[in-house]
Amino acid sequence: MKILVCISSVPDTTSKINFVENSTKLDTTGIQFVINPYDEFGLTKAMILKEASQGEVTVITVGDVNVDPVMRKALAIGADKAVRINTKPVDSFSVANEIAMYIKNNPFDLIIGGRESIDYNGGAVPGMIAEILNLPFINACIDLQINGEKAEVTREIEGGKEIVSIDSPLVIGGQKGLVHEDQLRIPNMRGIMTARTKPLEVIEPNSTESYTSTYKFEKPEEKASCKIVDSNNINELIELLSNEAKVI
Amino acid sequence: MSILIYAENWEGKVKKNIYEITSYAKELAKKENLNIIAVSTGDVEENELSTLSEYGINKILIGPSMMKADSKVIASFLETIVEEYNISLCVFADSYSSKMITARLAVKINASLINNVVELPITQNPFKVKRKTFSGKAFEIREANRDKVILTISQNAFGIQKNPIECEIEKVNYTNSINNISVIKTEKSSGKINLSEAEIIVSAGRGLKGPENWNIVEELAEVLNAATACSKPVSDSGWRPHSEHVGQTGKTVAPNLYIAIGISGAIQHLAGVNSSKTMVVINTDSEAPFFKAADYGIVGDAFEVLPKLTEAIRNFKS
Ligand SMILES: Cc1cc2nc3c(=O)[nH]c(=O)nc-3n(C[C@H](O)[C@H](O)[C@H](O)COP(=O)(O)OP(=O)(O)OC[C@H]3O[C@@H](n4cnc5c(N)ncnc54)[C@H](O)[C@@H]3O)c2cc1C
Ligand SMILES: Nc1ncnc2c1ncn2[C@@H]1O[C@H](COP(=O)(O)O)[C@@H](O)[C@H]1O
Repeated sequence: MKILVCISSVPDTTSKINFVENSTKLDTTGIQFVINPYDEFGLTKAMILKEASQGEVTVITVGDVNVDPVMRKALAIGADKAVRINTKPVDSFSVANEIAMYIKNNPFDLIIGGRESIDYNGGAVPGMIAEILNLPFINACIDLQINGEKAEVTREIEGGKEIVSIDSPLVIGGQKGLVHEDQLRIPNMRGIMTARTKPLEVIEPNSTESYTSTYKFEKPEEKASCKIVDSNNINELIELLSNEAKVI
Repeated sequence: MSILIYAENWEGKVKKNIYEITSYAKELAKKENLNIIAVSTGDVEENELSTLSEYGINKILIGPSMMKADSKVIASFLETIVEEYNISLCVFADSYSSKMITARLAVKINASLINNVVELPITQNPFKVKRKTFSGKAFEIREANRDKVILTISQNAFGIQKNPIECEIEKVNYTNSINNISVIKTEKSSGKINLSEAEIIVSAGRGLKGPENWNIVEELAEVLNAATACSKPVSDSGWRPHSEHVGQTGKTVAPNLYIAIGISGAIQHLAGVNSSKTMVVINTDSEAPFFKAADYGIVGDAFEVLPKLTEAIRNFKS
C-alpha cells in the first residue's frame, strides 16, 4: 500500500505568538517548529499500516527550506521518502492544489492529513485535495481500517461517533484516536542516522493562485485581571456571574 | 444576488448555531439589500422551519435526505443552488460536516473560504473579515480575492436577532448519481449535554485526584445544566472518557461560561477553551497560570468549594 501523509510544520504548542512587519508575518524568533500534532497521529497510523502491508510511506509538505528539519524528523520517525514543494503556503487552496497535482502524477492508495493545522486552523486542506482529485473524504477520523477497495472509517460527530464504509483510495483528516498517544514514535538514533540518507525531494510549485490572503494579524486584547472571590463568600461569585457577566 | 445559509439539521432539529449564522447573514443582507436563502436537507420538522423563518430568511429550500458523512453529495447539491440562485456568499456554522462540505464547495465554485469568523466583515469590497487563528492565540484579518465567498462562523461569536419576514418554503429535488459510502453504525454518548453546543461547561483536571471524586463535578454541572469536560491527563489516565478532553489536542469549545476546577491552565489546555465568553477558575494554588486567563477565580480546595457553589447556585435558581 502506498500512503501519502501531508505534513504541516507548525510552532510548538507552547510557543508565544507575536507578529512582525506591520503585523503581517509571524515572528519566528525563538519558535521551535514541529510536525502538526494531528499529522503526527496520521504519520504513526501510516507507519502501522505500512508495517502490516509491506507498504511505502511518503511525507509531503508545502513550504520553504526552513521546513526541512521537520521533514527530516518525519523521515527519522520512519517515512521512506519526503517531498517538499518549494513555496511558502498562502492559503488552503493553493496548498491543496499543489499537493493534488503531485498526487495526480504519483498515485497513492491512501492520503492522510490532519483534522486541522494548529497554526492556521483551516481544517480545509485534506477536503480540498479530495475534491480536486474527486476522491472520498472523511474528516475528524478516529479509526481507520483498509480492506482492499473498501475502508472502514470512524469519524467524530456531534455528541458521538459514526462508523462508515467508504471506497478506497480516499483522503482522511486524522486526529487523536487514529492511533493511541502511547503509540506515537520518537525518533531514535538509528532513525535519525538513516533519515539523513533518505530522499528529500524538492520540487518547484506550479505557482497556483491563492483564493485568500492575510491582510493583517492581531493579538487578542489583554484580559482584564482576574477578580478573586473569597471562598467563604460564594454568593459574590453568583452575583458577578449573573449581573456582571450575565452568563447564568 | 442572494446569500445562502446552510441550515444543517440534526435529526430534524435546527440548533442555536444556525440562528447565529442566520442573524449574521441578515445583518449583511440588510446592508446590501440581498435575500437570504436557507438550505436544509431531509425531514426537517415543521416547527423548526417556522422558528427559523423568524430570523429574516426569504426562502427555505429543502433537499432530499442526504448522509452527513457524504460531503460530496451535499456539496454537489449546494453547488446547484449556488448556480441557480446566483449566490455570492455562503454562510455555514462550524460543525463536523460543514468542515467537510465547505472545503469541497470552495473548490467546486472557486470561492474564497474563510473559517473561524468572529465578526461582520470589515469591508465587503474587497471582502475582509476577522477570524481566529493560532489556536485562539491570535486573530487574523483575511482577505478574499474571488467573487464568491464561503464563511464559517465561530460558535457564540454572533448574537441572535429576530427579524421576522414573509418566508417561502420549497422542496427541491436532487438525485445524486453515485453512492460509495454507507453508515455501518452510529454511537451516541449517552443522554448528556453535548460539549460542542453547551452554553456552560464544568471542567476538571488532575486536582480532583481520582475518578471517584467526579460526583461533585457532575452535581455542579447538573444544577447549571452544563456539560462536563476534562484536561488531557484526566482522560489519558482513563478517569474520564476521551470525548470530554478539551484543549489543543482535544475538542475546542466556546461556551458562555467555562468553569475550570483543579486545572493548572497549561497553554495547550487554554488553546482549546480561550474563546469562552467568561472563565472561572477554582484552584488551591493562587499562582496557577489559569488565573491569568480567567475572569473570576476562587483560591480554594475544590472539595470544599464545589459543594458550596452547587448549593448556592441551586438556591439562586429557585
Ligand atoms: C503537545 C501537547 C498537547 C497537549 N494538549 C493538551 C490538551 O489538549 N488539553 C489539556 O488539557 N492538556 C494538554 N496538554 C497537557 C498540558 O500541558 C498539561 O500538562 C495539562 O493540561 C495539565 O492538566 P491539569 O491541569 O489537569 O493537571 P496539573 O497541571 O497537574 O494541574 C492540577 C491543578 O490542580 C490544582 N489542585 C490540586 N489539588 C486541588 C484541589 N484540591 N482543589 C483545587 N485545585 C487543586 C493544582 O494547583 C494544579 O494547578 C498537552 C501537552 C502537550 C505537550
Ligand atoms: N503547508 C502544508 N503542507 C502540507 N500539508 C499541509 C500544509 N498545510 C496543511 N496541511 C495538511 O492539511 C491539514 C489541515 O490543515 P489546515 O487546513 O491548514 O487546517 C494539516 O493537518 C496537514 O495534514
